[in-house]
Amino acid sequence: MNEILEPQTFRVTRADLVRYAGASGDFNPIHWSDRIATGVGLPGVIAHGMFTMALVGRAVTGWAGAADAVKEFSVRFARPVPVPDTDEGTEVVVTATVKEVTEDGDTRLALTATCNGDKVLSLAQALVRKR
Amino acid sequence: MPLDQTFAGRTWPPTETYLVGREKIREFARAIGATDAEYHDPEAARALGYPDVVAPPTFPVAITMTASRQVVNDPALGLDYSRVVHGDQRFVYTRPMVAGDAVVCVNTVDEITTRGGHWFLTVRTEVRTEAGEPVVTVWSKLVQRGEEHP
Repeated sequence: MNEILEPQTFRVTRADLVRYAGASGDFNPIHWSDRIATGVGLPGVIAHGMFTMALVGRAVTGWAGAADAVKEFSVRFARPVPVPDTDEGTEVVVTATVKEVTEDGDTRLALTATCNGDKVLSLAQALVRKR
Repeated sequence: MPLDQTFAGRTWPPTETYLVGREKIREFARAIGATDAEYHDPEAARALGYPDVVAPPTFPVAITMTASRQVVNDPALGLDYSRVVHGDQRFVYTRPMVAGDAVVCVNTVDEITTRGGHWFLTVRTEVRTEAGEPVVTVWSKLVQRGEEHP
């Protein structure tokens, strides 16, 4: 049986996107302008894919026990994470299942991230050094 | 707009050195809500065996996204950035990045494909120290959406 790790929930507000834009240098206006986001067919301002991946990364390092325990980390951005201009913003829920323990003793985690019940990532996984 | 498929397989010269700063790591960690001491406190990081504060796993993209502009901003490639969304992202770490690292990036276009009016560009960025020590390899797949799918 594959072990299921404790789900992690992260709240995402517009203020988080502003902070992430500044820290990462990704100032694409779809992450801060409803006018531009809707103009290119998005439902509104969406989170940076890399911000979502960073939240998943927090969950992974939390489960793994250390930042340097992560050997590989990959995701596919399947759906956008719309972030409404409210105090509550939205929530991203990250779950993980232990898929295998490799011959080297590393652990492969299958990861999911959902927002409003939609899977926002697919083919997401991490290889972590077993502690 | 089609991409120039002759870019596939091309490698660019190393980018200018990027000096990984302690305050930049702290700023990035705060932005993603990562409060663990090893991202903020050099003493806590050293107690865990790192030479200085350690970067969260996705931090290298703050360097490689800028570095990959030498590829995606080349007008000859033909990428329309206003139609671009992020498709896939992958990191393979040799070791974690830490404050004080002086790194260069070497970009290679791994693949250019097209399907259903969309274009897919995969850029691989090798991040290594100035001395040539590998740190992390970063793959980013960008999707240029077709005109009929705004």
